[in-house]
Amino acid sequence: MEGFGISKTNIQSKRVEKLFRIIFLGMTLILILPVLVILGTLIVKGGSVLSLDFFLENPTNGMTAGGIFPALLGTIWLVSVALLISVPIGVAAAIYLNEYAGDNILTRIINLAIINLAGVPSIVHALFGVGAFVMFFKFGTSILAASFTLAIMTMPVVIVATKESLQAVPIAFREACWNMGATRWQTIKKVVLPNSLSGILTGIILEVSRTAGETAPIMFTGAVFFSPFLPEGVFDQTMAMSLHLFVVATQVPGVPENLPYGVALTLIGMVLIMNSVSIAFRFYLRGKKKW
Amino acid sequence: MVNENGIKLKVRNLEISYGDTVALSGVNLDIHEHEIFGIIGPANSGKTSLLKAINRMDQFTKGMHYSGDIHFSGRDVRHLKNIYALRSRIGVVFPLPVGLPMSIYDNVALSPRLRGIKNKKELDEIVERCLTRAALLDEVKDRLHTLGSLLSGGQQQRLTIARALSQEPELLILDEFSIAVDPVTTMRIEDILKDLKKDMTIILVTNLVQQARRLAKRVAFFLNGECVEIGNTEDLFTGKTMDQRTTDYIQGKFG
Amino acid sequence: MEDLNSISLNSQNEKNIGSDQLDQRNLDWYIDKAVSMIVFIAGISAIIFIVGIFLFIAKEGLSFIIKDMDFTEFFTSPYWEPSDEDAPEYGILALILGTASVTGLAMLIAIPFSLGTAIYISEFATGRTKEFLKILVELLAAIPSVVWGFIGLTIMNPIIIKLFNVPVGLNILNAGVILGLMAAPIMTSIAEDTLKAVPDHYREAAEALGATKWQMIYKVVLPAAKNGLLGAVLLGVGRGFGETMAVLMATGHSINIPTSIFDSVRALTATIAAELGETAQGSEHYGALFTIGIFLFLITFIINLSADLIIRGVRKK
Repeated sequence: MEGFGISKTNIQSKRVEKLFRIIFLGMTLILILPVLVILGTLIVKGGSVLSLDFFLENPTNGMTAGGIFPALLGTIWLVSVALLISVPIGVAAAIYLNEYAGDNILTRIINLAIINLAGVPSIVHALFGVGAFVMFFKFGTSILAASFTLAIMTMPVVIVATKESLQAVPIAFREACWNMGATRWQTIKKVVLPNSLSGILTGIILEVSRTAGETAPIMFTGAVFFSPFLPEGVFDQTMAMSLHLFVVATQVPGVPENLPYGVALTLIGMVLIMNSVSIAFRFYLRGKKKW
Repeated sequence: MVNENGIKLKVRNLEISYGDTVALSGVNLDIHEHEIFGIIGPANSGKTSLLKAINRMDQFTKGMHYSGDIHFSGRDVRHLKNIYALRSRIGVVFPLPVGLPMSIYDNVALSPRLRGIKNKKELDEIVERCLTRAALLDEVKDRLHTLGSLLSGGQQQRLTIARALSQEPELLILDEFSIAVDPVTTMRIEDILKDLKKDMTIILVTNLVQQARRLAKRVAFFLNGECVEIGNTEDLFTGKTMDQRTTDYIQGKFG
Repeated sequence: MEDLNSISLNSQNEKNIGSDQLDQRNLDWYIDKAVSMIVFIAGISAIIFIVGIFLFIAKEGLSFIIKDMDFTEFFTSPYWEPSDEDAPEYGILALILGTASVTGLAMLIAIPFSLGTAIYISEFATGRTKEFLKILVELLAAIPSVVWGFIGLTIMNPIIIKLFNVPVGLNILNAGVILGLMAAPIMTSIAEDTLKAVPDHYREAAEALGATKWQMIYKVVLPAAKNGLLGAVLLGVGRGFGETMAVLMATGHSINIPTSIFDSVRALTATIAAELGETAQGSEHYGALFTIGIFLFLITFIINLSADLIIRGVRKK
């Protein structure tokens, strides 16, 4: 009798479980599918514009025709300079946090500061960039000022990724080295970094993608709507992909419908390819155990 | 100071604590040059804490604190300007083998390289000598450039010993090295230790009382954070103990 | 001392270093010290940057706050008319309501769906499906905000006009949906991390007691992950609140006290983005924009701080 009762509730609870499973699956699909449809639309409408010429030509006719070359080049400038600033500082900061810092109030404050660097609105970073780099340090509106602003804003990405890959190196390896008389730095150099480098690289790729997509922080610090010249150094202003999308979508009259789609598709393509590479790299590493 | 002739390691009134918990207290030891000194006792008796304090690993161990004196080669290890030089002269082999995630060759060449030896031939010699001494060379000589961290447990343990030997240490500490090693290899390593004695001082922490009897001239018995007794191995193993607990432990009544 | 050193030297073979080397700091020792100083500076640079951000925007906003700002007017007046030549007015009430309404709608969408998605990924999905969904969520989180703004402008706009028969499709609804879709992936992945952190033996214990999966999730997993999930929600709110490009492009950017979701509004962040380029440095208007910046900074700081305290509270346990 008892057993019969249980099997009856079992059937019922199986049904309930299935119901909940479907509900949550539904929520997942509602969240994801529209975005996939939107991306599909971008691809269909933007794809018709894409060509090698589109990437390699200057905008013409008041940006209503032609290509996006200066914006692409500008984004490469901005991202490269930003990385030169944020990667060394970010990696060093992560090394401090994971290899040196104790469990104390200073460490907590640093972590809180990192969370806030990531959480402060991008437009506030832009204001900071204007106040600090454009004016106070007298960089003017330039690649340098914009890259500094971007670097500080996206540094948490590098710090978090580096910290995670440092954490993945077992403490026993460090202890073995310390026991032999290696200094902390020798241990980091010989054992910790060689085994976390690929993880750090994954984080850097992520940061490239994040930096390339940012718009607000560069609007007033170094990126311009249109420039007839290509940048030649870090004190020049430049066009940039993200801002270019904003400009052709909202600021320029008479743009053919598909042109902004092409810009959007290129930008999103850059970002997603970069992220995919980072993810693929992560999977490759996961399969390649060294201990 | 003259009476300290020949004493490699002197420990006085050592007390080690982690936070509020005392792990070891009241330890007094004199370990002579070129002896194999055995430390026996059941788990959690504070043996590993002692080793960490000798090597000043308290610096890297959270909450670990020690008081009392430890003198290595006549020098107080607490007041050294270069603590890394101290560690490089003490080789430690812990119970769990750690092959570093680099090639077998690089594992053994790491310490010489840290000392600044760059000459390839010299490094080759050191690697070969240390691997031979650790009874590992025959098994790995064809694959010196494969990862040391992927060797079997027993091989990794011998790699760890080879690495400790590559430090050319004055003091070699082995903490229950035979846990991860098969009996045959254990015997081989024991033979090597007897041979190494002429080059260095050896502290052998072991849970195998017979191993201590085979190798050590003198033995200390640790129990629950206390050094119960120190004596000549033969005395302790023939029942000439000061403390009944020592006899009971040696005879296998507990632990 | 000397004879001690000589003893140890004599008794050891000559390869061993003398005792005095224990007191000799070599190059490696100094390099190690130098590196530890450098990484320490890099570590505290995060604090320097965040304090620097506050100081620099405060510096630019200060003269406006002291000289021109009327606190009551600033926070309670719905009139943001900085370019009125006779009597410019700086009231951000409408902007606050604009930001709040868009963020509110976005959270109404994002919170349930991202929690639901996180529960599905963490508790129901297995194997390849699970990996695939996680990757998808990660990729969605990477879409730049200016692209979302563009989507609002070009794809959502006509859909809303057609669907609801309204003259303009750039409004709270548009920006709210966009912002919701944008914040959801981030909230999902933080929430999923939190659920993953609930130890498996909690689940096993519940199953052993005969609980169904839903009972287990509802009675065991969710309560255990409560704080972390709250933290995820707060971070999502912070992100929505501070979003700039998407709301600039999708809200319609016109000053309104919203009465329905079809009203166009203007957000705090978007106001700065749209107007900073036109203002003269040091002018009243310029100072007012930086003052909005200070306000945004403080609000997001408080949100992030509470999220951190809540999430950390979980870890401690």
